[in-house]
Amino acid sequence: MPEQTSSLMLNTSHLTMRFGGLTAVNDFNLEIRKNEIVGLIGPNGAGKTTAFNVITGMYRPSEGKVLFGGRDITGMKPHGITALGIARTFQNIRLFKEMSVLENVLVACHMSIDTGLFGATLHLPGYRSRESEARRFSMELLEQVGLAHLAYEKGTSLPYGQQRRLEIVRALATKPKILLLDEPAAGMNPQESIELMDFIRKIRDEFDLTIFLIEHHMQVVMGVCERMYVLDYGVTIAHGDPASIQKNPKVIEAYLGVD
Amino acid sequence: MTLSLLFQHIVNALSLGSLYALIAIGYTMVYGILRLINFAHGDVFMLGAYVAFYGITLVSLPWWAALLVSIVFTAFFGIGLEKVAYKPLRDSPRISIMISAIGASFLLESLGVLIFGGRPKGVPVPDVLSKVLHFGSVSMITVSLLIPLFTFALLGVLLWIVNKTKTGMAMRAVSTDIEAARLMAVDVNRIVSFTFGIGSLLAAFGGIMWSFKYPQLNPLMGVMPGLKCFIAAVIGGIGSIGGAVLGGFLLGIIEIMMVAFLPTLSGYRDAFAFILLIVVLLVKPTGLLGKRQAEKV
Amino acid sequence: MNAATQEKTIALPRNRLYSVIAVAAFILLAFIADRFFDAFTLRVFNLCAIYIVLALSLNLLNGFTGLFSLGHAGFMAVGAYVSALLTMSPQLKDMNYFLVPIVPWLHHVTIPFLPALIIAGLVSALVGFLIGAPVLRLRDDYLAIATLGFGEIIRVLITNAQPITNGAQGLKGLPRFSTTFAVWTVAGLVILFMALLMRSSYGRAMKAVRDDELAAEAMGINVFRVKVTSFTVSSFLAGVGGALLGHMITTIDPKMFTFMLTFNILLIVVLGGTGSISGSVISAVVVTILMEALRFLDEPMNLIIFKTQGMPGLRMVVFSILLMVMIIYRQRGLMGNKEFSWDMLRDLFVKKGRKGGDHA
Repeated sequence: MPEQTSSLMLNTSHLTMRFGGLTAVNDFNLEIRKNEIVGLIGPNGAGKTTAFNVITGMYRPSEGKVLFGGRDITGMKPHGITALGIARTFQNIRLFKEMSVLENVLVACHMSIDTGLFGATLHLPGYRSRESEARRFSMELLEQVGLAHLAYEKGTSLPYGQQRRLEIVRALATKPKILLLDEPAAGMNPQESIELMDFIRKIRDEFDLTIFLIEHHMQVVMGVCERMYVLDYGVTIAHGDPASIQKNPKVIEAYLGVD
Repeated sequence: MTLSLLFQHIVNALSLGSLYALIAIGYTMVYGILRLINFAHGDVFMLGAYVAFYGITLVSLPWWAALLVSIVFTAFFGIGLEKVAYKPLRDSPRISIMISAIGASFLLESLGVLIFGGRPKGVPVPDVLSKVLHFGSVSMITVSLLIPLFTFALLGVLLWIVNKTKTGMAMRAVSTDIEAARLMAVDVNRIVSFTFGIGSLLAAFGGIMWSFKYPQLNPLMGVMPGLKCFIAAVIGGIGSIGGAVLGGFLLGIIEIMMVAFLPTLSGYRDAFAFILLIVVLLVKPTGLLGKRQAEKV
Repeated sequence: MNAATQEKTIALPRNRLYSVIAVAAFILLAFIADRFFDAFTLRVFNLCAIYIVLALSLNLLNGFTGLFSLGHAGFMAVGAYVSALLTMSPQLKDMNYFLVPIVPWLHHVTIPFLPALIIAGLVSALVGFLIGAPVLRLRDDYLAIATLGFGEIIRVLITNAQPITNGAQGLKGLPRFSTTFAVWTVAGLVILFMALLMRSSYGRAMKAVRDDELAAEAMGINVFRVKVTSFTVSSFLAGVGGALLGHMITTIDPKMFTFMLTFNILLIVVLGGTGSISGSVISAVVVTILMEALRFLDEPMNLIIFKTQGMPGLRMVVFSILLMVMIIYRQRGLMGNKEFSWDMLRDLFVKKGRKGGDHA
């Protein structure tokens, strides 16, 4: 038991987000331990992305707290949260549209390169070594996911599946401890989804990551997630291992009501 | 300060406020529908004044006829302007359409210099409008009194159109969600044209009245009122007609009173509106009557 | 295949050689211009350099960081006034300030041009920083209108601060410091600075902010800091450009720095391509020359055969239409966000000649 608390990675307590009269997330209590793959599922409009946005600092919660490694990060700026080691992808892919694949990844290395405006502009030695290190690191990442041969293509010109992959690589380049994936399988066929789940498991092992992912279709994540939380209208209606979730009458009802 | 002087200031403030309100409505309606700052709106105001001026001096129309001709002409001009300069860019980034608007504004101003001449022109104010009325010790010209009256009448008609007619309903639908409105079979192009027509008509009316109250025309006369009225629209809450009226009156009243009571600051008169704008943008960007728009991530 | 690889290995040093030759040729041209051009032509030639500085400073914001600012004239005014006041001699100041005397602490300040130019940039940058910190929280069109407002406020302040700026009378007889050497050196340095900046990690961060603010923030980029930095640097450059302009025209007054001036620079940036350094440079030269060349449109002319009346306003009509046509039909401008390269130039000519030939 004490072992488990020490490895607690990300947790929220009584997290609530209200927009005017609408409560998008209500009293959300999350616990994710190191190296887990945890799913957040629920029908459309259940508040999943809102939960992500609150955790990553895009929104400031109405109530409750977000703790990362025991540290209170509620209300921190998104870039500060990323610097601590929480990276994310977006539901609607948000690549930098004028940039090459490599540049997209390099942007995520900016934190580790940043030697200030003048150091960077004058290409001072300190900057140079960090920049070339970042390039090496980015190319290595791209190689690992099989995108290296496309490094100089425009990111947004890639096929959909590869754009998703690139977004994940870009998030990895921030050297996160935990990776938040917002519907990574959206728009993919079942075969691609299965491949993606294998990919997710692979990067978890290779990069010693913890993964928290949103998925709309339950079946997709059943195989990959060790535990999952189910949201419906902002309320956590269930959590537990996939088998118990699948049998949970409340979950079935929520899904039948929609699909 | 005597009471009569104060009263005179109030009348002046109300008539300047009315003119601001008339122009501000055009900004707010266009912004509400296209999310565009129509930089050329102030120049449409200038155009209206010039057309009426030429109607009176060249064609010797009676002033009311010149006024009618001018507002109809300017309304169609506004519709045409949208078709040429903004419609091709409706799906482009907002910055592009704004640059086009800035281009249109400069085009109208330089066309004004080219066609009307750069030198200011004196406006022959019709006798009815320039008559001096005496109320005890208070004296004022008729046009200062008529401006607020006309404004309220026009405002009544406008509110009726927006709130009671089918076109008005479509306008509100388009401003809420242009895509959804299109799906509901609203003819978006017609509504946009209509909006530009109404906005330009009001601006023309404002411009003509302006030229009767401050009887001098020049091709750049629309620049400052244009900017200030946009500011008025922002202060009131852009997208809201009531807000534009409120903002217009507020700005007009504050400006006149500032010059009246703090004459040492009159040099800063033009800066004042901008300071107010920045304060509003920073403190309450939605303006006094604006609705909050949630941003989707 | 073999030929292609060979082509590539030769291309790099060859392109570098071309660049060296081009720069050398330009320096030669500048010397010739300085010696042999008549006063008017030389002035236009040097004005090009100043507009290059100004266009790049606006493009840094508009094209590279995605911030739409319309207050550029204000920062130029700050730079022009600061540099003028720092370099004018006490006698010259006495001659200018005949209505209201100049404040004593400014009266006796006279420093050389170079430090004055740098201070002009720094003061302008400071003003930019102070303005940027609050208004950069606003988005696109609101930012545009707020910066426009600040530009006007600066102008009104200058008009009213008579003991410092001499108010609406302006300043006359500024020292003629903007020599061919001075303006083109500054322009060269600014081009170099921009090129290096945009190749650096910081430049990438700016472009990321332009492309997608939220994603940039999620990638650990302090978006607000990047915006404020960009705005401050841009103000610095605008201040330097303004100062150079002042010392070229030698007369400055608040009316010079209206929105009209910002419009001219915006025109250059849009025509050249937002997000392209070489685009801005080319466009600055072309537009500056056109602006002067088309001046005849506005003025009465007495050509040998016929006289024209001169049509004031026609020149601006042409430029406004040019801007609108460009934004409506070719939004990306001349260069888009690409940069000039020798290969591009070669492709332009060679491809046409090689049509139908092999493309291996």
